[in-house]
Amino acid sequence: MAGAKEIRTKIKSIKSTQKITRAMQMVAASKMRKAQDRMLAARPYAEKIRTVISHLAHAYTEYRPPALSDRPVTKRVGYIVISTDRGLCGGLNTNMFKATVQSMREWQAQGVESVMCTVGGKASVFFRRLGIKILAQTTHLGDAPHFEDLVGSVKVMFDQFAAGEIDRIYLVHNVFVNTMTQKPSVEVLLPITARVEKVDAPHRWDYLYEPDATVLLDTLLIRYVESLVYQGLVENVACEMASRMIAMKSATDNAGTIISELQLVYNKARQAAITQELSEIVAGAAAV
Amino acid sequence: MAMTLHVDIVSAEKQIFSGTAEMVSATGELGELGILPRHSQMLTRLRPGQVRVKLLHGEEQVFYVSGGLLEVQPHVVTVLADTAERAADLDEAAALEAKRRAEDTMRNKVDEISYARAQAELVEAMAQLQAIEKLRRMRR
Repeated sequence: MAGAKEIRTKIKSIKSTQKITRAMQMVAASKMRKAQDRMLAARPYAEKIRTVISHLAHAYTEYRPPALSDRPVTKRVGYIVISTDRGLCGGLNTNMFKATVQSMREWQAQGVESVMCTVGGKASVFFRRLGIKILAQTTHLGDAPHFEDLVGSVKVMFDQFAAGEIDRIYLVHNVFVNTMTQKPSVEVLLPITARVEKVDAPHRWDYLYEPDATVLLDTLLIRYVESLVYQGLVENVACEMASRMIAMKSATDNAGTIISELQLVYNKARQAAITQELSEIVAGAAAV
Repeated sequence: MAMTLHVDIVSAEKQIFSGTAEMVSATGELGELGILPRHSQMLTRLRPGQVRVKLLHGEEQVFYVSGGLLEVQPHVVTVLADTAERAADLDEAAALEAKRRAEDTMRNKVDEISYARAQAELVEAMAQLQAIEKLRRMRR
């Protein structure tokens, strides 16, 4: 019964794998719910700051920050890529990297260099292997990322943009469509013009600034950028959990299929062994 | 439009307050601000401290912010707080601890950077304690 025993061990090992994937599926499901809540909680801030920015775009400000004016892309574009820290989440990261690389190729064809800021371990590993210049990176943000964790990386990119080293900054992350679908998105983060809808202002007005327009507007814009990146990050966590849940669910299902197939093979092998033994006994009895 | 303000207080991680009010006072970078309806458009940075919102029927709500931005439109006030919590939720022990730590660092006066950081922490801790004290008095 050697064959049967081997199959039995195999079934046992697949069963324990299935247990693990099922546990991961359930953990991901509960974390996804929390991540979605966090995603919703981050929304008011982003909305409010967008309102303020669109007020600002209509105001007749004494100082026009570079982030608000469009300029031709000549030298370099920057990408802020938000990926997951851990794997086992289906094609989530791969799809996003593909979208990024495609966008980078388009710029490369025009002779524009790409630089990058990565958030999450997977992105920094992938793009380092591709030989892309990484200006800043943040990893190990966990499932409940904090706003403060991003401040450093965003500032690096923002300063490069303000200094004119980078002409455009893209934010790359996954968009949570629903539990089954996550889409990679590559959108322009800076300059901001692309994002603010125009409303015709009835008259020209400007803010009173305390203390000083330059400082304030820069603070406001960097907060705005941070909040967009933070939102992208929180959304990406929700995507990660959803994607992992789906991946683990299909792994669990596949394990189940394999187990039932193996069970059939095992039953056959066992039956064959019994039949053989029986016929041996019968043959032995007949010979006596 | 009636003589009221719509007030929104949000931090990056959650919404803290949204509603109608008569008056808002906050600590701006250049001093205490009292904002009534029809205030002209203004943008300012906030210091660590309280934001007090006077609701329509005279009730007052106190929030603690540790910095942020304040935008004023004639009938809308938006506080973009760096971190803001209900003053009631503040952990007094943590504030005291932070203050003690900051004071310790200041006494041992190391390099300039950590001195500046300690001073900032001290200001923040004192503002938190003030908010708590005020809240206590209101309850009584």
